[in-house]
Amino acid sequence: MASSATTVQEIRPPGRISFVGRVLSGDNLAQTVAFICATLILVVTAALVFELWIHSAISREKFGFHFLFTSTWDPVAGNFGALPFVYGTVMTSALALLIAVPFGVGAAIFLAELAPPKLSDGMTFLIELLAAVPSVIIGLIGFLVLVPMLSVVVPAIKDLFGDHPPFFFSGPFYGVSIFSAGVVLSVMVAPFIISVSREVLLAVPKDLREAALALGATRWETTWQVVVPDARRGIMGSIFLALARALGETMAVTMVIGNTPKISASLLAPGNSMASVIASQFTEAVGNLYLSSLIEVGLVLFALTIVLNGAARLLILATGDKGASR
Amino acid sequence: MKRFTTALVALTMVALGAIGQTLINGGGATFPYPMYSKWFNDYKAKKGVQINYQSKGSGFGVQQITAGTVDFGASDYALTDEQLKEFRDKRGMDVLEFPTVLGAAVPAYNIPGVTATLNFTPEALAGIYLGRITKWNDPELVKANAGVNLPNKDIVVVHRAEGSGTTFIWVDYLCKVNKEWETKVGRGGSVNWPVGLSSQGNEGVAGQILQTPNSLGYVELTYAIQNKMRYGNVKNAAGEFVQASLASVTAAAAVAAKNMPEDFRVSITNAPGKGVYPISSFTWLLVPEKISDPAKKKVITDFLTWMLKDGQTMTEALSFAQLPKEVVAKEVKAIAKIK
Repeated sequence: MASSATTVQEIRPPGRISFVGRVLSGDNLAQTVAFICATLILVVTAALVFELWIHSAISREKFGFHFLFTSTWDPVAGNFGALPFVYGTVMTSALALLIAVPFGVGAAIFLAELAPPKLSDGMTFLIELLAAVPSVIIGLIGFLVLVPMLSVVVPAIKDLFGDHPPFFFSGPFYGVSIFSAGVVLSVMVAPFIISVSREVLLAVPKDLREAALALGATRWETTWQVVVPDARRGIMGSIFLALARALGETMAVTMVIGNTPKISASLLAPGNSMASVIASQFTEAVGNLYLSSLIEVGLVLFALTIVLNGAARLLILATGDKGASR
Repeated sequence: MKRFTTALVALTMVALGAIGQTLINGGGATFPYPMYSKWFNDYKAKKGVQINYQSKGSGFGVQQITAGTVDFGASDYALTDEQLKEFRDKRGMDVLEFPTVLGAAVPAYNIPGVTATLNFTPEALAGIYLGRITKWNDPELVKANAGVNLPNKDIVVVHRAEGSGTTFIWVDYLCKVNKEWETKVGRGGSVNWPVGLSSQGNEGVAGQILQTPNSLGYVELTYAIQNKMRYGNVKNAAGEFVQASLASVTAAAAVAAKNMPEDFRVSITNAPGKGVYPISSFTWLLVPEKISDPAKKKVITDFLTWMLKDGQTMTEALSFAQLPKEVVAKEVKAIAKIK
């Protein structure tokens, strides 16, 4: 036996080193460290879901799937449903994108294609500064400046419709509302759209522009028919980044949404969002069921984020084959 | 090297000093925080003991003391039987509740053109918060406010978004004066509001009222005074319209002082008697019955004794109402229960 073992060792080609040695050698070490880093992120995400799942057990057992479809939020009677918060989160985020996307993409096109480079750099710096403003500051400005302004502007808009405003613009307006939250959110997410879209537009190869211009296209035709379609996937990516921020925004929304767990067709009515209800009620939630329900709202928010992000990936994949390079 | 050794020795001594000093951590109610922070400051100046306090809300105080993550909690409402049981199950002992000062919730409003101090009956307040009374010129309001020109405008109702002691005092009062409120909505730090907008914190509610014409909300008396808000008189059990003030809040406590239960868990909303402001309440410190660390126990009992004697003389400067003498005497005896 001993002799056969020596033979094996002898046939081992010279220069081959032990496993430990291999791991410690540069390339493999780097690979291992990178692998551990990547795994850690997954572990943290999995642990997050696990914690949310475990701590929402009481609420999940008591309400089951009804939690998603009921709209009572009664801490006294211990009756909880997340529907108004899901509705508020979706509505405010959708509204924010509806406002921020045209402005954001338009601004990005201007900065990347039309503005003189010096102006473009200066403006981009300011826009990125806007992205760094803490949300509580934006919320405060929203509450103290934007809401009083909207209290003047919105009734004027309503008057344009006469006696019968459309359902989404009906009812009394108190300043704080889903509409105000959407407007505040749009200000917060627009810098993401502008900054990322601008980078993507700038990365479109010069050859394409030159080819289009050589074919006799005007500057606008080049931008709109060649550059923007080429950057389409990157622009969409920036929109989904903005959506992710809008879904999870907490303080700024809490301050202007009215914090009322009700579903109203009108955008002018107060509402509440998932992130906002967790932030405002968590420290004060007394009793296990109440706490557990708030944690389940967190779980629902997590699930909604995954669903929307998944949908975003699919959308990018679906539009990806049509010749776009980014 | 020598310098390094000296630095190391110095550092070790500092670290040892920090260990040697007792640190007390507490947290809870936001409303008495200005008072508590003054007390903890003065106490530190006198006795050299640091007491940390996280002003995060009554619910936080109850949660954290039950979990045992703080040395004492603070709450604007006495613990319910259910919460006491939860504490007993988790910690294997009882929690003691010590009233510290008194506060009040006031109906604050902003009606353009109305400068008078409005009178509110219990029926009017309950009706407004139930959504039954929707206009400022409702007969119930007009009847109590003869001579005031109340507008034909919708009342914008404002309340707190998060669980809060102020909310508890407010709805506890509504429960006592209105059966419909008690059965439909009930009591709690946060409730399912039939109508209105919610804002974060006393300052949020105050801001919302100041910004919204024809609004009505409830805030702590001190916030109403600080923000120069208009706040109304409330009809008490004796039938008088009384505005909240240090005197009228103390009067409410004096009534309760005569039949104060051993555990100090008493609600003084809608208290009987003349000159009483009916939406008043004690605020409590929550201390576990057994404190295993003798150093901590010494500090906490010493602080409570100091707070009941010297501390009570500082309340009025910060517009908090002082505890009645009978309550103080009873609490001094209760301190001996801490083991």
